[in-house]
Amino acid sequence: MLKQIEGSHGVAEAVALCRPEVICCYPITPQTHIVEDLGALVKSGKLENCEYINVESEFAALSVGIGSSAAGARTYTATASQGMLFMAEAVYNASGLGLPIVMTVGNRAIGAPINIWNDQTDSMSVRDAGWIQLFVEDNQQAVDIHIQAFKIAERLSLPVMVCMDGFILTHAYEGIDVPDQEQVDKFLPPFEPRQSLDPNDPISLGAMVGPEAYTEVRYLAHHKQTQALGLIPEINEEFKQIFGRDSGGLISTYNIEDADTVIVTLGSVIGTIQEVVDEQRSQGVKIGALTIRSFRPFPFEAIRSALEGAKRVVVFEKCLAVGLGGIVATNVRLALDGVAVTVYTVIGGLGGRPITRKSLHHLFENAVKDELEEVTFLDLKTDVVERELERERQLIRSGSIAENILRDVGVVDAAKTA
Amino acid sequence: MSHQQVKFYQTGTLTVGNRLLDEDNRTVQATMDRSNSLDSGHRACQGCGEALGARYAIDAAMRATDNQLIAANATGCLEVFTTPYPESAWRIPWIHSLFGNAAAVGTGIAAAMKVKGKEEVRVIAQGGDGGTTDIGFGCLSGMFERNDDVLYICYDNQGYMNTGVQRSSATPGGARTATTMPVGPQPGADFDKGKNVPSIAMAHNIPYVATASVDRLHDLEAKVKKAMSMHGARYIQVFVPCPLGWGSQPAKTVNLARLAIESGIYPLFEAEHGEITSVTKIRNLVQVDEYLKHQRRFAHVLKNPEQLSAVQATADRNIQKYGLLGGQE
Repeated sequence: MLKQIEGSHGVAEAVALCRPEVICCYPITPQTHIVEDLGALVKSGKLENCEYINVESEFAALSVGIGSSAAGARTYTATASQGMLFMAEAVYNASGLGLPIVMTVGNRAIGAPINIWNDQTDSMSVRDAGWIQLFVEDNQQAVDIHIQAFKIAERLSLPVMVCMDGFILTHAYEGIDVPDQEQVDKFLPPFEPRQSLDPNDPISLGAMVGPEAYTEVRYLAHHKQTQALGLIPEINEEFKQIFGRDSGGLISTYNIEDADTVIVTLGSVIGTIQEVVDEQRSQGVKIGALTIRSFRPFPFEAIRSALEGAKRVVVFEKCLAVGLGGIVATNVRLALDGVAVTVYTVIGGLGGRPITRKSLHHLFENAVKDELEEVTFLDLKTDVVERELERERQLIRSGSIAENILRDVGVVDAAKTA
Repeated sequence: MSHQQVKFYQTGTLTVGNRLLDEDNRTVQATMDRSNSLDSGHRACQGCGEALGARYAIDAAMRATDNQLIAANATGCLEVFTTPYPESAWRIPWIHSLFGNAAAVGTGIAAAMKVKGKEEVRVIAQGGDGGTTDIGFGCLSGMFERNDDVLYICYDNQGYMNTGVQRSSATPGGARTATTMPVGPQPGADFDKGKNVPSIAMAHNIPYVATASVDRLHDLEAKVKKAMSMHGARYIQVFVPCPLGWGSQPAKTVNLARLAIESGIYPLFEAEHGEITSVTKIRNLVQVDEYLKHQRRFAHVLKNPEQLSAVQATADRNIQKYGLLGGQE
């Protein structure tokens, strides 16, 4: 049924349709409305046979999920930002134990400086934790991919993280086609765990593994992820058959067939990028775009075959590997190893900075002329950076960078005069 | 207590004395059909108090639940010595997740059982004192606060023994550990620090809190049985001497546990909904040096009158606070 609803609400409805049996959440750090809406659905009795547990931390949220999933219950939680880092130990544990938990990450920045707005640093911080990571473009996809996520997770006995841009998607109202229960029941069978804690068939889970077998266990984790490369498109096809919508599988492409320049990105910014691509196409520029949906496992083959005809690739990412540059770009470069194509890294949208069409036009024009630096920070206020660097050259006790910069950009003065 | 009151060591020996009891009142451990939940072949040290305590506690819980039990275990000695892959000494469904989350994992299992309509399946979360009073404390308090249907058992050997004997917030004043060496003007662990988790558990108003000791296993079993007859969050802290960490003779484990009780160092009590309901009285009061002298971790304390009197003062405070006297013969 088509509804005009908030992204978070749509996800809550989609998760409820998947008949989760245990939902554990820490409601802050920061959260989205997803778990609040799910709480109401459980409390009102609309979502039956579900235990909703409001815990004391993100670490506990995922730990409760580990217990419930290991005991055979379909389990869901959600997090973002600092909470993602606070549960990091349990994130690795859940995948190591092979527990098919589904978790939404409403992508947001990581402090310090504390910043509650959108970028993708949180998910990226655990990219190698053994979870499948699916990034969605819009709220329809968020709904559809959550439903697929349970199936992927349970088929492989691996946890899946559905990554959706905080605020831009989680708090945005748009038209969403929310499936009905019969469709979802047809698509998603009841959870049959590969292993579970059962007094009638006692097993020990989480035993210590030494050097004699640890490598093999880790290899199999890697192997399972590579299996997901086949499974994700397969389940997308199954989904399409029942629901009539295509979520795109591992990657989605836009006007890349004859493109010399391809913009590669993750998440919701593809919407703005597609508009800019359209505008540049109308001026005769051979430009296209590619969205990576499955960041883990990383679809090397799909990306390589989509990009090998291009002259240049601009990886636009909302995250930063400090001391390295682009996280996504580094992965894309690996996929293009041996291909004669120039890869540029663009870091943008950090901590919620708006990504405007104007800035993107300017960026892409420079890219087409091969006038980009290897790593570009979109809309970087270089004068502000220079002032701070100069201050540090002049003074040992130059003070807090964040506060100095707030003063330089006028936020502090504006607050004083207000 | 519903069980028959028999003073077990009136002969002057340390025998548990099942033969003095009616058959119905004998321990689970004394019966042929005990579950052997923690089976032989594990890697615990000789004289391990934790292995002894866990074996009695879990078998008693198995009996109380008609073998419908799942356990979550924190990282630590109990986890390491029972499950060196590919072996497991557990004959119950058992999960180890992390050091600091056993209570939360227990919550998750209990939730799964509830939603699946298997409420006859009961849950125990267990760990050592480090995994309970320090790194696992947030999850423990959360589990208490929500009154989740989990019995948490802390095997308290007063330090991080698995990793080479470091201080935890359950390490007593004066004790030598790898991080509180007997050097300098205040040798050993600081006095007047540390965390009294049974009291903190009581402050959550949970249905049941008890302390127990491996010198009185019948009492331990009775407390576990009682805990399993209740629902909601329950906490039992079992005093388990550690020969390795304490520098004591393996054969002295039960004796040391008894001396800790008889000196007032470790008060045994039960509490329901935040109120103390029973206290184990001291039968043969001893001074703390009787307890300390068998342990190398306190060797320097015995030579230091100021520290010795500080330990005695701790015991005296317990005796006063919990009313431990009145059981003498």
